[in-house]
Amino acid sequence: MRNETQVKKSGFEPKILAFCCNWCSYAGADLAGTSRIQYAPNVRVIRVMCSGRIDPTFILRAFQVGVDGVLILGCHPGDCHYIDGNYKTARRIHMLKKMLSQLGIEDDRLRLDWVSAAEGKRFASIINDMTERIRALGPFVR
Amino acid sequence: MTLEDIIKETKTYYCLECGKCSSLCPISRHNPSYSPRLMLEKALTGFEGDLINDQELFSCLTCYNCSLKCPADVDYPLFMQKVRTLAFAQGRYGVPADSGILQSFMRLMLNPAIEQRRLEWLSDEYRISEKGNILFFVGCAPYFEFAFEDFEAGALNIAKDSLKILNTLGIEPMVLADEKCCGHDLLWTGDVESFRKLAEHNARIIKESGAKKIIFSCPEGYRTFKFDYPHYVDLDCELQHITEFLAENMGKGMLDFKEVKKKVTYQDPCRLGRHLGVYEQPRKLIEAIPGIELIEMEHTRDESICCGTSAWTNCDAYSKQIRTERLLEAKATGAEMLITACPKCQIHFRCAMVSKGEEKGPDVEMDVMDIVNLVASALEDNGSE
Repeated sequence: MRNETQVKKSGFEPKILAFCCNWCSYAGADLAGTSRIQYAPNVRVIRVMCSGRIDPTFILRAFQVGVDGVLILGCHPGDCHYIDGNYKTARRIHMLKKMLSQLGIEDDRLRLDWVSAAEGKRFASIINDMTERIRALGPFVR
Repeated sequence: MTLEDIIKETKTYYCLECGKCSSLCPISRHNPSYSPRLMLEKALTGFEGDLINDQELFSCLTCYNCSLKCPADVDYPLFMQKVRTLAFAQGRYGVPADSGILQSFMRLMLNPAIEQRRLEWLSDEYRISEKGNILFFVGCAPYFEFAFEDFEAGALNIAKDSLKILNTLGIEPMVLADEKCCGHDLLWTGDVESFRKLAEHNARIIKESGAKKIIFSCPEGYRTFKFDYPHYVDLDCELQHITEFLAENMGKGMLDFKEVKKKVTYQDPCRLGRHLGVYEQPRKLIEAIPGIELIEMEHTRDESICCGTSAWTNCDAYSKQIRTERLLEAKATGAEMLITACPKCQIHFRCAMVSKGEEKGPDVEMDVMDIVNLVASALEDNGSE
């Protein structure tokens, strides 16, 4: 995407925004914390009641204000506290990804994944993996 | 620009308070709290704050129904556009439809580092050239295609079929990979600064491409390039809507239509009709297809009714009522298909047909198609013969 960014890349620390649902992923993040699992400090977590609450506009807004990657974490399919909120999220993110690709925004910058309340380790590994991918992509320059 | 300048520029002070605008306004007919006359009166009597904070300020469709009939020739839509600029400067922007996803995309495009991949749909089927005199402005179709995937709005098919038709005429237009949103929606919701940036970008890349003529399949882009860009950028190109271009070239015998047996009716998009005065060309084009019967709706040409929302803002229950009414009018003609010339009209009508929840309105199911798709379908098979 950007030549100047290749230069800057060395000292680059990605800024990642993670939306976590209250019932599974946020509890999973808590578990990662209480279990003292170490993970990359590049993530800022926003708690929402359900991943279905996340409007595509929130994600676009995040990119607009200079976030390098957005992570959406919800309950595993079938486990949604509100029955089908995460299915709706999956559909929305699917649509949004297609639109973002038109804008030339790399696929890896937006990721949807599922983390249950018992998966502290999984939470940490997703954050680490996402951070590494974004680090490889470089900053999303404004 | 102050309110006083706006009043002068749009000749608002000529207002006779006759109320013709409010009686004609498609929004006022459904939404009792919106009245163009009241808006003007607020401006003229100095209630600037009331005007800017009016929750209906962004409801106007800017469809020009009022202005064409105004005995004092007040340019009400332009007045709205300018007052919204004042309102935007104070942080007001109406209620964006779909919670603003499309506006977000337009604003993301302002980012100079963005390198769009908007032409991935272009296959070998379509012949385009790297350099030439004619440019085809694709517009937002690639974005609409995915945003409205749910009800198959087929915005991209309009772009594809436009290229197909131009190829049939032996024209291989340029298509720019880095063209950005024309800025129409941002301009009409008051965001002049973003509009200026988009306009400057588009004007620059079009100049660099060396195009002499731009063909649009979207009336909004056409309107914006024709009337709004000259105020902000210097772009010396001939502009044409694809229906105008085709109507001009029809006589050359290169468009060999096969028979399409269908009764259709035509919706004049407000931008193409009242804004730009293109009424005849689309009709000429439809009627040139053998077997097609064009039946006019009750409100047609300059009296045509808007599809209910403009600039993806303030789309509410009233908008849906307008659409339902318009679709019922189209059905009443006995036509099987509603032809329109604007991708947004099609999206709006299709949206109205998707019934939500348990409340089911009147049956408004009807085939909606863009004029470009109709022409392309009438050209099909002929190439192989």
